[in-house]
Amino acid sequence: MASVEDRWPAVHQPKLKTKDLRKTYGLVVALAGASLDLKEGEFLTLLGPSGSGKTTMLMTIAGLVQPDSGEVWIDGRLATYAPAHKRGIGMVFQNYALFPHLTVFENIAFPLRMRGASEATIRQEVARVLELVQLPEVGGRLPRALSGGQQQRIALARCIVYRPSIVLMDEPLGALDKKLRDQMKLEIKRLHTELGITVLYVTHDQEEAMIMSDRICLLNNACIEQIGSPADLYFRPRSVFAADFIGESNLLDASVAGIDGNDVTLNAAAGALLRARLDDGHNVRPGDGVKLMVRPEMLSMLEDGVSADNVLNASLTDVILVGGVTKTYARLADGTLIAATGLTRGPLCGLEKDASVRLGWAKESGVVLSREGPAV
Amino acid sequence: MVPILVFLLAAFAYPVVQLLWLSLFGKTGTPTLEHYERLFTVPVYFTVLRNTFEIAGWTTLLCIVGGYPIAYFLATTTDNARNSLILWVLLPFWTSFLVRTFAWIVLLGRRGAINSLLESVGLTDAPLALLFNMTGVMIGMVHALMPLAVLTMLSVMETIDRKLMPAAATLGARGGQAFWRIYFPLSLPGVAAAGLLVFITSLGFFITPALLGSPRQTMITQVVIQQVEEMLNYPFAGAIAMLLLATALFVFYLYDRALGMTTLAGGGTQSQRGADERGPVARVFGAGGAILTAMLGRATDGIAIFWEMLARRSAERAPRVSGRLALRLAVAVLLVFLAAPSFFIVPVSFTTDAFIEWPPRWGTLKWYTAIVEHPTWITAITRSLIVGAMTAALAMCLGAPAGFFLARTSFFGKTAAMSFILTPLILPRIIIAVALFYFYARLGLIGSPLGLVLGHTVLALPYVVITIMAVLKNYDQRLDQAATSLGASPPRVLWHITVPLIRSGLIAAFLFAFVTSFDELTIALFISAGVATTLPKQMWDDAILKVSPTLAAVSTLLLVFVTIIILAAEYFQRCVAKPN
Repeated sequence: MASVEDRWPAVHQPKLKTKDLRKTYGLVVALAGASLDLKEGEFLTLLGPSGSGKTTMLMTIAGLVQPDSGEVWIDGRLATYAPAHKRGIGMVFQNYALFPHLTVFENIAFPLRMRGASEATIRQEVARVLELVQLPEVGGRLPRALSGGQQQRIALARCIVYRPSIVLMDEPLGALDKKLRDQMKLEIKRLHTELGITVLYVTHDQEEAMIMSDRICLLNNACIEQIGSPADLYFRPRSVFAADFIGESNLLDASVAGIDGNDVTLNAAAGALLRARLDDGHNVRPGDGVKLMVRPEMLSMLEDGVSADNVLNASLTDVILVGGVTKTYARLADGTLIAATGLTRGPLCGLEKDASVRLGWAKESGVVLSREGPAV
Repeated sequence: MVPILVFLLAAFAYPVVQLLWLSLFGKTGTPTLEHYERLFTVPVYFTVLRNTFEIAGWTTLLCIVGGYPIAYFLATTTDNARNSLILWVLLPFWTSFLVRTFAWIVLLGRRGAINSLLESVGLTDAPLALLFNMTGVMIGMVHALMPLAVLTMLSVMETIDRKLMPAAATLGARGGQAFWRIYFPLSLPGVAAAGLLVFITSLGFFITPALLGSPRQTMITQVVIQQVEEMLNYPFAGAIAMLLLATALFVFYLYDRALGMTTLAGGGTQSQRGADERGPVARVFGAGGAILTAMLGRATDGIAIFWEMLARRSAERAPRVSGRLALRLAVAVLLVFLAAPSFFIVPVSFTTDAFIEWPPRWGTLKWYTAIVEHPTWITAITRSLIVGAMTAALAMCLGAPAGFFLARTSFFGKTAAMSFILTPLILPRIIIAVALFYFYARLGLIGSPLGLVLGHTVLALPYVVITIMAVLKNYDQRLDQAATSLGASPPRVLWHITVPLIRSGLIAAFLFAFVTSFDELTIALFISAGVATTLPKQMWDDAILKVSPTLAAVSTLLLVFVTIIILAAEYFQRCVAKPN
């Protein structure tokens, strides 16, 4: 068995690289030219709605699905069509795919046996990873005698026991209930930091992606929509889809009135003049139809006499106490529903339905998005 | 639930037990073991016994070796491909044994299709002896029982998680290691169940050895028929039946020890026992099996590596999937072997010759006119249709409520009740036939359509119950609860909600029951007694005398008829499976 050090590549070289991966099933395009770099020790999540191509991408990297075109590079070696068993990649499957006729010990020993490890090494390594996933006692049991969470840990143990170069995880928490899922999220995160492994993770759950990832790759309709850190995706979404998919957002129709450097003035469809800041290298032109995205927690209800960069008049429709936060919904003059979220300060009082309110936010909080297609 | 149990106790269990009881008494009514003694000491019978086990053993082996690739392919291919390919297994499964046996006579005869092909391409000078010997019997029996093996193995393989093989691959296993270490052990319960069913079924065969073999391939069932029909020696027939039953039970026992009974009842591979609680037999098998599968894995991979060196596989080029291709080819050949032979009957039915020969001289309908003009054929066909319809109706009345009850409630002894209902399916039919013959003789039911209907219902019930249980498994019971909450009384829920939704399944069950009866020979052989002759019985009588083109014509009609019914049943069953 090759030790970890043997396979450590040059630091600047990406651990995993895909170039223009394309896969179609009949007329359905599952993946339309996806390129991605994964750095050593990074935790990258493929996030997207079902059918967005994230599982196809994972399978292509694992070697379980062959792409129509494009390239897969693992540790600086071209591996597009290398058989799965030669890639040295670990994979955790959605329903764990533990071998039901083998004991936990034999399940974990399987990849070591396939690599011709000695009986002593096998014993030692299996004990090591069982310790790592905090289940040292279950070696003699069959998988079906374990609870869902335990099976999940064993699937992880089986995957990391041979120190694979990259670990792929295909919605590994999908079958668990919420409480276990929350626990396992932190567990996986812990293993990632502790072992310094490189992880490519697939999920459709944005919260999971936000909590665990170093970077998120957002997929939509077989295309990569945006790659960036969780904060990037949250604060600087580059498309309406990204803004809408991650977190809650208010999207206001507007047209560009004027541009001064990075400052932009917008005529909102709701009938107000709004201001926002553009990123460097934007390609917004005066007269363009755009959407202005503002996160609900960036909006605040203005007291009389207080002002802000942007102010909209609206009439209150609902105030909902969620717990730590209170959500306020209001309707603009053109009928658009707008949401504002604030920390709960006390019992709801003094706010009546149809009351007229003023909502304000700073110009830095708004993100200008072109209505359809690529970001601006 | 109660009616079906009462019916089976009266029309099945009681006669069988009575027959077995009879075997313990001599002519004067004193208890004796003379019949068993005779079975083992008279050399003729002993030879026949040995023959029977030998033929059954080889048939089982060949059915599994041939059936495994088909089942594996069907279990691992796409749903669409499976649905269309499985018809090629189901068609022969439901085509009359008689028709298929006649087809082999056409193919294997001295002047049959295979010999004339071999001679015309110059591979052989003289015709090969393929018929009326062991070769003929083996081909016929393997062909007859392979669909059963395939369907049994498939039912287990379908429960194997498809992700396991990819998982093994990502963990570093080559195809061979992954197959032998993971897939094969998991499919073993299916293999064992298939072996069990094929072995027990072939013990009771008589059509194939009688028509395709020589006297040297005589099987035990033929002796039973002879003892009963010619000598009316029930006690001796009872002794043979007891022996068959004991063998069947012994094989079941072995199976249960090694794997547990759950698999056979369609419970999948998930036995409830843990790894440490396995019996000694299972543990020995387990340890030996692990070594064996590892070795097989290495061997297979060795071949694969050698092949890759030849094919020069690389990470830069898309490889040709040679392994899957070889499997496809094998499956194609096996499916042709299963499905094609029956159709050789068709051209022969239009021959102008007076005997069966290949290639047939085309161009006459006289064999069909002969059927129409001959009253025996017409009455036999009519009787078969009536008996079939009545059997199906009775089996539905008894089986449908039982199916509902078994699918929806759990009660003490459910497994036992289920096993009891399924027994007629796995007991050699000859036992039931002889037992009923003896039982009916005293009730005056011999030669009556009623006797046939009762007997056939015993055989059809398992199919009805299984089909209905399968349909109800996919049925969302919350629909019934919703209807109840909306104010419908239980009978109205049944009538307005449940029955319309599972109608296709009910039709399929009815058709399966009908075909079971329509095709049945063993019971008809005894019960019809030359008076109430059914179509298969008439064909058998004819075939014993001479295999003529008339039989080919009848077979063609039967083939078309049964094919239509099966396709219809399949269609209806799929209608149920779809809406999800």
